[in-house]
Parts: sequence; structure tokens; C-alpha cells
Amino acid sequence: MSSATASSFDTWVKPTWCPGCGDFGILAAVKHALTDLAIAPHETLVVSGIGCGSKLPDYMHVNGFQTLHGRPLAVATGAKLANHQLTVVVVDGDGDAYGIGGNHFIHTVRRNTDVTHLVENNQIYALTKGQYSPTTPQGRVTTTSPEGVIERAVNPVALALTMGATFVARAFAGEPTHLAGVIKQAVSHRGYALIDVLQPCVVFNRINTYQWYSERIYKLDDAGHDPQDRAAAERAAVEWDDRIPIGVIYREDGVPTYEEQLPALRDGPLVGRSLTERAAFDGLKNQFM
Amino acid sequence: MDDEISVRIGGDAGQGVESIAGGFAKALARAGLHVFTAPDYRSRIRGGHNFHQIRAGVRPIFAQRTPADLLVAMTPETIDVHLAQLPPGAAVLYDEALRLEDRIRYRLDAEQLRARDLRLMPVPLARIAADHGSRVMMSTAALGALGGVTGVPLDMISEVTRDTFARKGADVVGANLAVAAAAHRVAEQRHGGFGSPLPHGDGRRRMLLHGNHAFALGALAGGCRFMAAYPMTPATSIVEYLASVAAEHDVVTKHAEDEIAAVCMAIGAAHVGARAMTATSGGGFSLMTEALGLAGITETPLVVVNVQRGGPSTGLSTRTEQADLLFALHASNGEFPRIVIAPGSVEECFEAGWRAFNLAERYQCPVIVLSDLFLASSLQTVEPGAFDLDAVPIDRGALVASGTASILGGETSHRTVGDGSAGKTATAHAWEPGTYPRYAVTDSGVSPRPLPGDPAAVFGAASTEHTQDGHITEEVHTRVAMMRKRMRKEQAALREDIRAPRRFGPEEPELTLVCWGSTVGAAREVATQFTATGRPAAVLQFHDLWPFPAAAAAAALDVAGLTIGVEQNFTGQLAKLIRMSTGRQLDRQILAYDGRPFSPQEILTAVEQALAGAEEIHLVSGEPPLPRETEVGVNV
Repeated sequence: MSSATASSFDTWVKPTWCPGCGDFGILAAVKHALTDLAIAPHETLVVSGIGCGSKLPDYMHVNGFQTLHGRPLAVATGAKLANHQLTVVVVDGDGDAYGIGGNHFIHTVRRNTDVTHLVENNQIYALTKGQYSPTTPQGRVTTTSPEGVIERAVNPVALALTMGATFVARAFAGEPTHLAGVIKQAVSHRGYALIDVLQPCVVFNRINTYQWYSERIYKLDDAGHDPQDRAAAERAAVEWDDRIPIGVIYREDGVPTYEEQLPALRDGPLVGRSLTERAAFDGLKNQFM
Repeated sequence: MDDEISVRIGGDAGQGVESIAGGFAKALARAGLHVFTAPDYRSRIRGGHNFHQIRAGVRPIFAQRTPADLLVAMTPETIDVHLAQLPPGAAVLYDEALRLEDRIRYRLDAEQLRARDLRLMPVPLARIAADHGSRVMMSTAALGALGGVTGVPLDMISEVTRDTFARKGADVVGANLAVAAAAHRVAEQRHGGFGSPLPHGDGRRRMLLHGNHAFALGALAGGCRFMAAYPMTPATSIVEYLASVAAEHDVVTKHAEDEIAAVCMAIGAAHVGARAMTATSGGGFSLMTEALGLAGITETPLVVVNVQRGGPSTGLSTRTEQADLLFALHASNGEFPRIVIAPGSVEECFEAGWRAFNLAERYQCPVIVLSDLFLASSLQTVEPGAFDLDAVPIDRGALVASGTASILGGETSHRTVGDGSAGKTATAHAWEPGTYPRYAVTDSGVSPRPLPGDPAAVFGAASTEHTQDGHITEEVHTRVAMMRKRMRKEQAALREDIRAPRRFGPEEPELTLVCWGSTVGAAREVATQFTATGRPAAVLQFHDLWPFPAAAAAAALDVAGLTIGVEQNFTGQLAKLIRMSTGRQLDRQILAYDGRPFSPQEILTAVEQALAGAEEIHLVSGEPPLPRETEVGVNV
């Protein structure tokens, strides 16, 4: 990948991420994927939550919307329903997606709204300086778990799969070219697409480092994985520790999206409708007479 | 009372009290009467005593009234509970199979009832229902009998019965019509023309609807395109109504997973250009407050309706209240411009439906509409001409038409759509190079607003402080400039759109009742009565509550005589707001927080006490207490 090809998404703002942060790879991959898909900045809405990774839309020339901690999926859902012609990408962290926004995650999955959901999963709360997150492994010592995390970690990939997600993938921030390929597939997919991105935090997560991941990850494509094979997907979803698969784990095509099933959207996006050329209102008043 | 009739219908939840009341109210409206209904229910689906009161008369009615001329009792408990509220000469219509002598559970005694000069009107409702249709049609029998004793012609009862059951097919309609007709005939023969005959209507057709439906109609007329909500009584009927007409009227309604999602969805939809709203009650509004701040700082035109009631978590779940005013003014952390309006009648709910969107887009800020359970669910007749859906003005403020925004040498040029009056002073100053200066600093505080998708104006929006082109910043001068820019919108709104309090009644009153929201209806009735007795009394209604019209409020209070605040809360929230904004203190306060709507009679009595010197009167409704509810359960 060369930065020149993605320059239409470049902006004057310089990221405030720590040197070596996994978010740099994710930013490069998002720009590259959108460029390859020939989607222009104005056709895109990148919605984020709160946290280091959620600053991503600020570092792109794109319609960006940084929202609240945990809420980007809900905001993105409203945006997509109001203008389903926009390419909507949600970028948030493991705390946003699986913790405070867990309820929205569950319901966005089962809704199958056509949004791409990139979760920057560093298994730690970094911007608040090192508390455990929903994906922090059990037993890990952090500032809020001095005796080790008691709860089991969320497996977002398996969770999304069991809830009926139509596109589930895992990727690694240290492999931005591979990540860009996964993003392209996710954006092209009609329906909700989760990409859980393993993203090393070089300051607060000294265990799940680039090296730790590099020793474990393998690409599902290279292993001949068929993402349409449900049983294989379920096996890949729970594979962790010694070998961690990355790539598209599951894909189900042809499932109608939420917005495709709304009668009011059949004639095009809501935002295009005239507010002054109204349907006949007389019938409405008669209902109450 | 010759020009008015008051009927109360009570029974167990699930017995069709609401459908009897709704049907009877509709028949009265079609008879050309002005109608006002007040529901009273508890937080349960089946069982437990509910009632509904209907007033109908030859003049417009804006409040409930106790007592009732006629009680329709679906259970002995109904009579037991409401007995104390019935004046001498009142009538009680009930199923003759009801065992009024059940002294184990009830205090009732037929002799006692007669001794109170009550007219007992037994009708074999259950038998008629079973003979002509089926036992489940008891409520239809009650409606028919009610028509028979009050003189509402059978064809009007039949018409509403047909409307009610049309969806269920010809067989069901036919059976119900037969039940209604038989009950009407028997009741008329046995008890027709009871003490309070039906006043003569003027034959005009009026709409009969409650505040929530009126609000939804106003929103539709105002171009509402998106509503997300989590069901919460008493707001739910807004989204239910819009969902029922969504396909034909270009609206998407979304039943969200929770209130936080609902408000965030509305923000997302509004951000990309759809007129979007959510509606909830106090508890749900509490959950929405963080997102309210998001709408504030991202300058998203968001409409939030808070239909106030108590609990959860502080009060009575199914009871009315006006206790979220100060909360609405301050909801969310930090500071950002907002507009708070509070309709006080069904007509004003309709207007609030479209006006809230115009205000939200003109000032690109959240608009909170404060309604309450009583206003939201009381059916009221309104002149159809009061709702001119086709004539509703739509003002999209400084919305930039797609493709027309451009960035030229440090200035924006743009063309606005709508009448664009809020954009007149929206001249952009300098900004950092890059994306479109969505948050350009302007004199009015309102910045030209393109929509995502516009090829000429890519922009960022951030929930934290940002530059004019939407990039996050902590730089001090930008922060100060953006705060000042945003907060200027409140001054602009105050200048151009915020209404002064409205006075009803004489110009130089001896006393003025100071109100907001649905309390205005009862207060107006009281003021009229006072004025009629030679003591000029007025009502001062505060409709637009934030930004607070302080100068106009002070001027109105100067000529108000003795001022008496009348509010449905413990602390006198409007009085506090007035004092906070003008330094003036109301002379007296009448406060109620028992969850029951004000009736004019109780305000009248309290005003007499206030005139006698009582500074603060805490009202307890004269509605019947229901101490026996648990005893019923124990004894059965």
C-alpha cells in the first residue's frame, strides 16, 4: 500500500496516538480500503465512540462523527436509516463496543443494519490509563483488578456469530494490508459486518504485544477456510491462545438488511424527501372525527 | 348543570373501561358537544380499579371536574370507591347481576344508596351481551346502555361501535351492534331521561384526540421523518401512532433497544438531515441526558419530548406530574444552548409538533418539549380548523443546499434552503484549512449547515470541543470562541422566537394564576369563575420556558395583581425559575404532587385560602382513596 493512493482521505490533523500504537495501522487500512473501493470522502460517514481509537475520523478527510462512549452504533443506525446511500463505518474500542455499548452491539447485530463495525480491541482501557476491559483475559492484573480479573473475557467474534451476524471477521493492526482487504469485504457486504481488530496498546498492555500476536496469528485464507461454512466458522471463532485465526470467519450473503425492509425507504433515502410536498393529510384528521 | 354532563366510568383494568369511555366520548363529540376526558389508571394490565371521567357541554372544556352526574359501574368496587364523589341526585348505572350487598368486601348497601338520593339504574348488561352476542361484549352493552340513559341516539352509538370493531370483521361488528342496540333500548325504557339530560349540541363535527396524537399530527405536518423511541408510558402513543402511518407518510419509526439508543438514533438521523425526534417520560429522559449534550455541542437539531409523570424512580408511575421543568433546563453535563417549550392544551401540542422542528433547525440545538400524562392522554374535542396540516410552515434555518457550499479564500459561500431566516447573519469568518467549516463562528451563533453526502462540504463533528471545521481541539481561544458562538444562539432565539407568557383574562386583574403546561386548563376555568363573581382574575401561561423570557415575564407580573403559582410539583419549579430569572417572587403557591390532575374546584378552594393569607398550599386531591385494594385480595 502506498500513502499516495489514499491521499484523498488525508487531512492536516496529526494523530495524537502514542508512537507504535496499533491505531496507525488501522487508520492506514481504512483509508486504503475506501480508496480501493472508489468511495469518495463525501459519500462516507465514519462514526466513532470515545477513546484513543475513536479519534480516527478526526484524522481522515471524511464526514466524521465522534459521539459518546459506547453509543456510535446507535448514532450510526439513525444515520443509516435517514440516508442509506451513505457508506457508514463505525470505529470504536472494546470498551465502547462490548462494554458500555454492549446492548447496542447485540441489537445492531440482530438488526443487520448495513454498517461496517471496526472494533479496535486492545484488551485494555488505555485512555483512562490501564483498567481492564470486557476483552481483558481472566486473571490479568490491571489497576482495577489488582488481584486479577475475575470475569471471563468476552469473545466478540463468537458472540456476534451466535447472535446471527451476517459478517464476522478478525484482523490484526500489525497487518494493515490484510486488514484493508478485510475492510473492503466488510464494506462491500450488505448487512452488519463486525471486524474485531487486535490492536496492541504499547503502553498499557505489555502482554498482547505485536510480537505476542505475530507468534500466534495465522490467516484463514491461507488455511483454506470457507467463511460460508458455519461449523468451520464456529470452530475458528473459539480458537485463541496458541493459534489465533485472522480473516473473514463467517459470511452469509443475501440476508435482507434492516433498511431494505422498511416500506418508507423504498423510494430512496429519507433525507431526499420534500417536506413541503405533503401526502394528503385530510385522511389523518378524519381518523379522529 | 344544564349545559354540561359529567360521566364517570369505572371498573377493573381489562374490563373495557377505556373503550366504553372512548366510544361514549366519540358519540358525544359527534353529537356536536365539546368533550374532555380524563383517564385514571394504575400500573397493571389486568385487575385493579381504573376509571375514566368524561365531561361534555356546549362550551369548550379544558379540565376535569369532580363530581360526576352519572357513574357507570362495572364492578361493585366502582360504586364503593366513588360513592363519596357522587352528589345527591346523581345516578349509578350498573349490571343488575352485580351483588351490591356483598358486605364482606364492600361498604355498599342499596338502602344507603337510596338514602343518599342516588338514582340506581340496574341494566342486565351481562345477560344482554350473552343473549345478543357473547359475554365478552359487556363493554359494548355498557356503552349502549349509557347512550340509552343519557339520550345519545342509537345511531351514534352504533356508528362508534362499528368503527371500533371494523377491523375484526362483519360477524363481530354485527354482534356488537346487536348488543349495543338491545342495551340502548332496555336502558332507555327503564331509566331514560335521568336527572341530568344531555345538553343540546351544535351539530358541528370536531376532532376528538389527546395531546400525544395531536403532537404526532403536528410532527407529521412539520416533516418529521424519523422517530426512535423506547416504549414508556405515557409517551408511547406518539411512536405507536407514527408507526401506524409511517409507510404512507415517509417516516421511519424505530423501536430502539433502550432510551439511550433511541435518542442517539434520532441524533444520527438528524445529523444527516432528517427531521428526527424521540419521546419518553422522565425516567427515560434521565437516560438520554448525556446524548442531549452531544446534540448540543455537535449542533444537531434534535427534538425530545418528555411526557412527564412520576416514577420510576421517584413517584407514581401512572400519575401525572409537572416536576421535570428544572431538570429539563439543566439536563446533561456542561453548558450548551437548548430550547424548552411546554404546550398546555391539545391545540398547543399540535403546534409544538411542528414548531419544535423549526426551532431545532433554526438554532441547530436540542428542543425539549415538556408535556405531561394528563395532557398526553386526556381526549379533548378541537375544531378541525385548528389543525391546518397543509399550512404548517417549514423553516429549515441555515441548511445549505447540496453542492452549493464552497470554500473560497477563507470565507464560505452558501445558499440556504427554506426561508433561511436564521442564516441571514451566518457569515463565516476565518477557519483552519481543510474540511468544510461546519462550525463557522457567526454573529448569530448559527453556522451554515450542509449535510453529510454533500460533495462540496465534507465535515467532521465531535462531541468534544472542536475547531470551526470540526477537528478536536483543547486550544483555549478556540474553546472560548466556540462556547460564545454556541451560547449566542439562546440570545438569538430569545429575540426572534421565544414567546412572552400569555395572559388569559382581564388586563388589570385582582389576582393572577401563574401556570405552565396542562394546569392552564383548570386555571382558566377558575379565573373565569372568579371574574364572573366580580373579582377580575387572570391566568399567566408560560409556554416557552427556555431561554426564559425574563423581561416579558417581569412586565406581565407587574400588572398581575396578587400572583399565585399553580403547579403540579412539590417545590414550585416555575416560581423558582421566575425568581431566578427576574428576581421576583410569586405571592402565593398552590402545589400538588399526589399525581391527580387539578380540578377547577380544588384550585378554587385553594385560591380562597390563598386570598385569606396562606402563602403555600399543598393540595391533596379529592379523588377517592383506594385503601381497600389489598383487602379485596385478602378476602377473596
